[in-house]
Amino acid sequence: MNMASETWIDIGPLADIPREGGRVVRTAAGCVAVFRTATDEVFAMDDRCPHKGGPLSEGIVHGRQVTCPLHNWVFDMTTGMAQGADKGHVTTFTARLDGGRVLLNAGELLGRAPATAP
Amino acid sequence: MGERLVIIGAGMASGRMLEHLIEAAPGCYDITIFNGEPRGNYNRIMLSPVLSGEKAFEDIVTHDAGWYAANGIACRFGEHVTKIDRDRKMVVSAKGETPYDRLVIATGSAPFIIPVAGKDLSGVVSYRDLEDTNAMIAAARPGANAVVIGGGLLGLEAAAGMALRGAKVTVIHLMGHLMERQLDPAAGYLLQKDLEKKGITVHCKGATKAILGHDRVEAVLLEDGTVYPADLVCMAVGIRPETRLATDAHLEVARGIVVDDQLRTSDPSVFAIGECVEHEKQLFGLVAPLYDQAKILARTLTGEAATFQPVQTATKLKVTGVDLFSAGDFAEGPGREDIVFRDPGRGVYKRLILEGEKLIGAVMYGDTADGSWFFGLIKDGTDVTAMRDTLIFGPAFAGGSSADPMAAVAALPPEAEICGCNGVCKGRIIEAIGGGANTLDLVRAETKASSSCGTCTGLVEQVMALTLGGGFQANANPPMCKCTDHTHEDVRRLIKSLGLKSIPAVMQELGWKSVGGCASCRPALNYYLLSDWPMDYRDDRQSRFVNERNHANIQKDGTYSVVPRMWGGVTTPAELRAIADAADKYSVPMVKVTGGQRIDLLGVRKENLPAIWADLNDAGMVSGHAYAKGLRTVKTCVGSEFCRFGTQDSTGLGIRLEKLLWGSWTPAKVKLAVSGCPRNCAEATCKDIGVVCVDSGYQISVAGAAGMDVKETELLCTVATEEEVLEIVAAFVQLYRENARYLHRIYKWVAKVGLDWCKAEVVEDRANRRALHDRFMLSQSVYQSDPWAAEPPVRKDWSPIYDLSREAAE
Repeated sequence: MNMASETWIDIGPLADIPREGGRVVRTAAGCVAVFRTATDEVFAMDDRCPHKGGPLSEGIVHGRQVTCPLHNWVFDMTTGMAQGADKGHVTTFTARLDGGRVLLNAGELLGRAPATAP
Repeated sequence: MGERLVIIGAGMASGRMLEHLIEAAPGCYDITIFNGEPRGNYNRIMLSPVLSGEKAFEDIVTHDAGWYAANGIACRFGEHVTKIDRDRKMVVSAKGETPYDRLVIATGSAPFIIPVAGKDLSGVVSYRDLEDTNAMIAAARPGANAVVIGGGLLGLEAAAGMALRGAKVTVIHLMGHLMERQLDPAAGYLLQKDLEKKGITVHCKGATKAILGHDRVEAVLLEDGTVYPADLVCMAVGIRPETRLATDAHLEVARGIVVDDQLRTSDPSVFAIGECVEHEKQLFGLVAPLYDQAKILARTLTGEAATFQPVQTATKLKVTGVDLFSAGDFAEGPGREDIVFRDPGRGVYKRLILEGEKLIGAVMYGDTADGSWFFGLIKDGTDVTAMRDTLIFGPAFAGGSSADPMAAVAALPPEAEICGCNGVCKGRIIEAIGGGANTLDLVRAETKASSSCGTCTGLVEQVMALTLGGGFQANANPPMCKCTDHTHEDVRRLIKSLGLKSIPAVMQELGWKSVGGCASCRPALNYYLLSDWPMDYRDDRQSRFVNERNHANIQKDGTYSVVPRMWGGVTTPAELRAIADAADKYSVPMVKVTGGQRIDLLGVRKENLPAIWADLNDAGMVSGHAYAKGLRTVKTCVGSEFCRFGTQDSTGLGIRLEKLLWGSWTPAKVKLAVSGCPRNCAEATCKDIGVVCVDSGYQISVAGAAGMDVKETELLCTVATEEEVLEIVAAFVQLYRENARYLHRIYKWVAKVGLDWCKAEVVEDRANRRALHDRFMLSQSVYQSDPWAAEPPVRKDWSPIYDLSREAAE
């Protein structure tokens, strides 16, 4: 597990994610949304809103927050916590930039349980 | 009959004095009022919003003819008083003599005109009254050159107002930085930078040598040789008390008419009030002390004991988008210390000046929320030693509580001044609320708070919210979202008037409180910008809601629905075959006919959208925009072509309308229908815009609804030809695009602006109709395109960026 946690997966160039937008990484345990902020920070979290399963990767990105496209729940991308009156949490993953490439932590991604059907 | 009271001058001071006098002792005096201007009292400090076009003159009239009549006041407006005969107690004017028992001189001030060559040329104005304001409005045509001499409060408001009207404005200021009496150089610099961003040229250390021109002004020449072309020159270098009548009457006059604590001049029957007076060697130019004088003089005239004690005043500038505050003394000196906070990124500057243990001055630029709190500390001479370390961060920090925006107001003591113009403190507002004033209007009526310049409206509302708790509804028109205090309407107006052409520009200039907005304001701003600047603004895809970003309607399971356009609800066997083929090829789980006469393919995966649309494009079909805040469908019946009742070709007209309107973005979705006869098979009378054909032509009706609300359309007009239908509908849609709030359907918008206004704009004013139509077509030249054909998608962008499931399997 320690070994795996230091393995980084190069998922692609930063330029392939639009500023203030997201893309998805497909995994056996469901999709992961990878976001790029206006200031070129990258964040990753489950692409599944805990409310009704909306694809967060299609939400509007503002600051370090993303709003779910289905019912406007807002999540902090650094913590995965729902904002405002809504209660809920989305699993976040470590994402980092290296020379214009976006890297995700393989151990975190592969170590999680498969998604249960909605 | 009471004693005879004569007043010379109908300005803000005498107007307020009369209100107090009539309230306290109605009928006590037989009152006559003279005014050089041919009108009664208006809120002179609101001339700036009139100049900039943000208010109309009628909005700032405080006492109309009816008010004077109702209170039995004899008005002698437009009649100049030429002499006061104190021996005979007579006022002499053009129309004869008027006797008085008591006289009030309220002649105000006169602009100071610098004695340079050309100062009398036509086109040189000052900035004192409505005539000056109107002269500037007339001259400030887009592209005209205006020069303002004087970079003080008045000059800058004049400059900003003319700039908002489109003139190229230059401000010439003698000193090293703007508003040097209220601001230190650092704040003056930030102000200059903000004005320059608004397109105003600022020339500091500029001494005017001459105003050039033959019949009228043409240019301004400075001592350093610079020449600025000018169609108009506004001289706003200062004012001096208007004392000529008093001097001629041998009253004691220094710089102003000398008065005692009861506002009495050297003649016990003669009083003076306002900008013309001098009290303990002090002159008065701001409104707050004048209102204090008004109160004291009214009491003096009713025989009550009262003493005028001038208080310190704080300054705010009424220029939209410029936030500055200054109070107290801010000159550097021995024994004085500064605490300074700067945030260059946000253009924020705060400086506190301390002497010993007391705060004696504050200058703030960019963020003035804590101004009232600091002003209170200055006025009260509070010992600030204990809070000195965190003083600059304001009351929220000093109180140790979190950065609640209401904390600043909650921390204010009851005697803290909220409304500087009218000297209304927080306690007085709370008292009024306790007495039942539960709306802003009632609080205004009761206390006069926020009734003059209006910059404290937000503060008053915060006091109301704190006092009333959940019972307070901020106002009928709340801010756009939590990122801003501006309403949708304000934002739309400011985008146009400030020429803001990008989302970051709007957020910066209008002081957005969040980084990057939110999912509510971003799509709205994107719409407002593309609607107002079709040629300049570039659509921001990332500010679009998912449906408009992916050109398809997201479903609850994250799949999409695909709806090709069928013009007027008419299709062909070839199109149907292409749709059927696509449904097979992409295993579409459901094919459904919609209420708008289209075919909906439901359950398409995102990565298949580019491919399915490529197939449909190849068959000649374009996106039906079934997901858009834009034109959706034009539903039709078969009309005269086939139907035995049809009066006109409703199908053909529907197709023409759809081909005219498709691709246009609107505040909310727009659905049309055209029925061929009043039997109305296309259900046109519950659409946003419906056309019903009759023998004599076409009835165009608007503002229907058949959703959460159900509402029949209202008749806009009846026309004879299809060409007129097309022009009027395009003009009406453009009127909606330019004016409505984002997400407001047409029926909601019409309920707000009124159908009569729409008729006046679109039906009655033919030139305006044409202009609206032309602006719509200009926008269509940019936006009428199929999203799939316009920028063929890079297919890999629609798929996952990376597939880890396969890798793990391997």
